[in-house]
Amino acid sequence: MHSTTVLLIEVGALLFALGMLGRLGRSVGLSPIPLYLLAGLAFGHGGLLPLSASEEFIQVGAEIGVILLLVMLGLEYSATELVGNLRAAAPAGVLDALLNALPGACFALLMGWNWQAALVLAGITWVSSSGVIAKILGDLGRVGNRETPVILSVLVIEDLAMAFYLPLVTAVLAGVGLAGGAKALAVAVVTVIAVLVVAIRYGSTISKFISVQDGEALLLSVLGLTLFVAGVAAELKVSAAVGAFLVGIALSGPVAHHATEMLSPLRDLFAAVFFVFFGLSTAPADMPPVLLPALGLAVLTMATKVLTGYLAARRAGIALPGRLRTGLALVPRGEFSVVIAGLAVASGVEPRLAPLATAYVLITVVAGPLLARLPDYRWFRRIVRRRMATARRPAQPLPAGE
Amino acid sequence: MPGGRSSTVAGVRVRVEQTPLPGIGVRHDLVTSSGRTVGVVSHRNGRRDLVLYDVDDPDSCLASIPLTDGEAEALADVLGASLMLGQLAGLRQQAAGLLTEQIALPAGSPFVGRHLGDTRARTRTGASIVAVLRDREVIASPGPSFAFEANDVVVAVGTREGLDGVTAILAGDTTD
Repeated sequence: MHSTTVLLIEVGALLFALGMLGRLGRSVGLSPIPLYLLAGLAFGHGGLLPLSASEEFIQVGAEIGVILLLVMLGLEYSATELVGNLRAAAPAGVLDALLNALPGACFALLMGWNWQAALVLAGITWVSSSGVIAKILGDLGRVGNRETPVILSVLVIEDLAMAFYLPLVTAVLAGVGLAGGAKALAVAVVTVIAVLVVAIRYGSTISKFISVQDGEALLLSVLGLTLFVAGVAAELKVSAAVGAFLVGIALSGPVAHHATEMLSPLRDLFAAVFFVFFGLSTAPADMPPVLLPALGLAVLTMATKVLTGYLAARRAGIALPGRLRTGLALVPRGEFSVVIAGLAVASGVEPRLAPLATAYVLITVVAGPLLARLPDYRWFRRIVRRRMATARRPAQPLPAGE
Repeated sequence: MPGGRSSTVAGVRVRVEQTPLPGIGVRHDLVTSSGRTVGVVSHRNGRRDLVLYDVDDPDSCLASIPLTDGEAEALADVLGASLMLGQLAGLRQQAAGLLTEQIALPAGSPFVGRHLGDTRARTRTGASIVAVLRDREVIASPGPSFAFEANDVVVAVGTREGLDGVTAILAGDTTD
């Protein structure tokens, strides 16, 4: 009985502290993710206030947090959107992968890590945070902007790519080697395509199976289905997260809409636990040695993200200011990078990976929203306008075919 | 990426561009003949934003105005009323089998001086009375409490049978 009381006290105090932190962050316009990570650092081993009784609880909560993050992501997109977007935005997606995953992989190899760790770091630097970016776009009133579809399509491709990347990483980290990884990838490709086809053809039939009328039943059935499929996927070594993502995609229409509303508070709770758990698994003493490399990697991959956005927007016929807005908005890395790093931590592939990933996500997720705001400042606009004017002059004899 | 859709209004082709916003909803926008771009972002949760684009930087929106259902409807009504006559020309035959017809209220109609709601035209025929022309004026979207006068011309939209039904009702030819 005693340990249960301590657990209640610890979890209660932790959640309350997170609530206060989140509120503090919001008042200065900061995403709560870095604050949760810092809280995790503070409560972890060797931190300010190590948690003793509740670690196991937090670990399970973190597992559920990943699953909820992913199912919500899947609910956000319909299968038709994913496939329709794929054709139009595939070149941007490939560019995004090359420009952002490769620097991460090269960096890991330069640090003298093995190729498994390089694969993980590639994923960490590759994926932007759709959650943080969606919030930025809303806050800055840019949802209607003409470059916004470009940003969203890059995010969708990344999220879809995760359905293939996560099983690959999961398998590779389990120590099955490249051949085993390829097998997991093949299984994932077949599964994802099957789910997409079924969701597009019979999505409404599946969704009809779950009643929208009864909120409680809806919550329990969607949550149950998601956890069940995630568990089966993990058992088949295809990453629990991907199973959850596919459940989200398969549900559509009113069920998806209501499930999003019902699951949002749960997602907020368990995602917070997940970020704290990740911080917990990093000892603060390990942070200082990796700070400088993390800063270098962050600066490099923030620059490549800006370039990605610039090129993707140019392809879509967006003018210079819009291209810069696209690039700068894509900078923050967040929940996915932490999910990927979490997989690596669990397998113990490289001890310096967790502190590096923590520092990296902290830097990009704090710098991202600040950078995204840049194009709205007057001095920035003036510089851009001057550049546009000088760029236009040499082109004047030949009226460009715009 | 953006799918185009043209709608013909009063003989002038206006290109309304439709762009899906994955995870958010859909955006419709059009460039006016004066060179300004206006659009509507329809969020999946039912929220609607009216967006106006910057002249200097046509990719960014200058203002994004959230509209409630009522406000959007009111705005659509105000814009729609002034467009009614012109639109009728374009509406005709747009959807297969859907017709627009002007039906003069016969002098001996039982509905002169009575309310539109009393005709129960929509319930009985499926056709809708979308406007009434009176003294060269257009009264758009008349409500159920709208009172007919002699020499009114009713503009109805519906199928062939539906419109014939409305004609019959207004003439008082039906036994209910």
